Amino acid sequence: MATRDEIRTGMAEILEEIADVQPDDVSDEKAFQDDLDVDSLSMVEVVVAAEERFGVKIPDDDVQNLRTVGDAVSYIEKGQA
Amino acid sequence: MTARHDEVLVTGLGATTPLGGDVASTWAAMLEGRSGVVRLEEEWAEQLTVQIAGRLAIEPTETLERVRARRLDRCEQVALVAAREAWADAGAPEVDPERIAVVVGTGIGGALSLLEQDNILEASGPRKVSPLTIPMLMPNGPAAVVGLEVGARGRVTAPVSACASGAEAIALALDFLRSGRYDVVVAGGSEACVHPITIAGFANMRAMSTRNGEPTRASRPFDKGRDGFVLAEGAGIMVLERAEFARARGARVHAVLAGSGVSADGHDLVQPEPHGRGATRALQLALLDADLVGTDVGHVNAHATSTPLGDIAEGRAIRTAIGDHAVVTAPKSMLGHMLGAAGAVESIATVLALRDGVIPPTLNLDDPDDDIGLDIARVAARHTSLDAAVNDSFGFGGHNVALAFTRA
Repeated sequence: MATRDEIRTGMAEILEEIADVQPDDVSDEKAFQDDLDVDSLSMVEVVVAAEERFGVKIPDDDVQNLRTVGDAVSYIEKGQA
Repeated sequence: MTARHDEVLVTGLGATTPLGGDVASTWAAMLEGRSGVVRLEEEWAEQLTVQIAGRLAIEPTETLERVRARRLDRCEQVALVAAREAWADAGAPEVDPERIAVVVGTGIGGALSLLEQDNILEASGPRKVSPLTIPMLMPNGPAAVVGLEVGARGRVTAPVSACASGAEAIALALDFLRSGRYDVVVAGGSEACVHPITIAGFANMRAMSTRNGEPTRASRPFDKGRDGFVLAEGAGIMVLERAEFARARGARVHAVLAGSGVSADGHDLVQPEPHGRGATRALQLALLDADLVGTDVGHVNAHATSTPLGDIAEGRAIRTAIGDHAVVTAPKSMLGHMLGAAGAVESIATVLALRDGVIPPTLNLDDPDDDIGLDIARVAARHTSLDAAVNDSFGFGGHNVALAFTRA
């Protein structure tokens, strides 16, 4: 099971691949849309990639609550348990 | 010649083709008579009857930003590459965005993306299908991508008329500019669909050359030994402007887009009308529109795909509408057939021939078909001063487009 740090690093890699976000910019308080310029279509790709990488399910209804990187890391951390 | 309409000028050119990643390298290779056709090395090609194609000389991913490229179908990528070159070549004009239009056509559109996502759907289910699938496969995608690139807010649209799409885009651009609604129109065509399904489909129509052992000798328009076209990929984009606007900003002018002629065969979905009547009418209408007569035209950049029937019908049309004096060249002998991009790239070649006074040779014309009856540039480029030149394009569906350019 991945730690919070490992999940955050994994998210940073996914965000770089899909939306060209610099890994150094990725921290818990950053909002996907407002701070990292991840648009709604890229967010769909990010979520699917995260599901695959961490072996969790992230239903569409929950995606709208994942405003920041920290929200996503916490969601994935819980989903693994 | 007196201009009947507000003149329309060609001020920017951009292309990426099997011969080069830009206009200069493509044009240099054409004047040298080089072929861009290669043997397909992919494993999937082994089972096909046709194993040759004109692949891009420079991969678009080499010049585009990585994330930008991954969100675009290949046909959108090439359109963007060519549009950036054309826009820069025009001097990146400052235009009211509402006075800019974009017309970029494609024959097939984002088929590669559709097929790739279908593979993902079959293998992994619908949740894995990319949310970018639709913007990547839609045939107006290349036009929309170019529209965003140049900031067009006037109108963005995409003619889809098979192998006439690129030429029809330029014909529409002429109408748009003459209407006075726009100052600048970015127009052209793009295509990137080298894939086993397109090759198998065209090959099973018996439309393609099967000269797999000699790729560079496979496309041989007007030659007795021609046995079909060679599929290719690429894009060509022109920046066109109302003369008043272009002159006011001191734009450099490559040529004048003097007239267009468009017709439909009304004969068959895929076979050319054997007498070339529709093609003849398109050529005649273009001359009329440009206030030219046949003897004014020194050069014809022919559609000539290297199919047995098509080349004959076109030869007949050129003789009837223009005469047998004009020096003809068949660029698909080198470039292959870029379908929806062909008319745009070949219009660029027509403009350069006028501007530079040189006509590229037709490759592989070893034994001209007796039924053609045209003066075709072969073996080497022909240097000659030109005042007017015509490019014609025809597409499955019976679409005929002719464009008349004059020297600036």
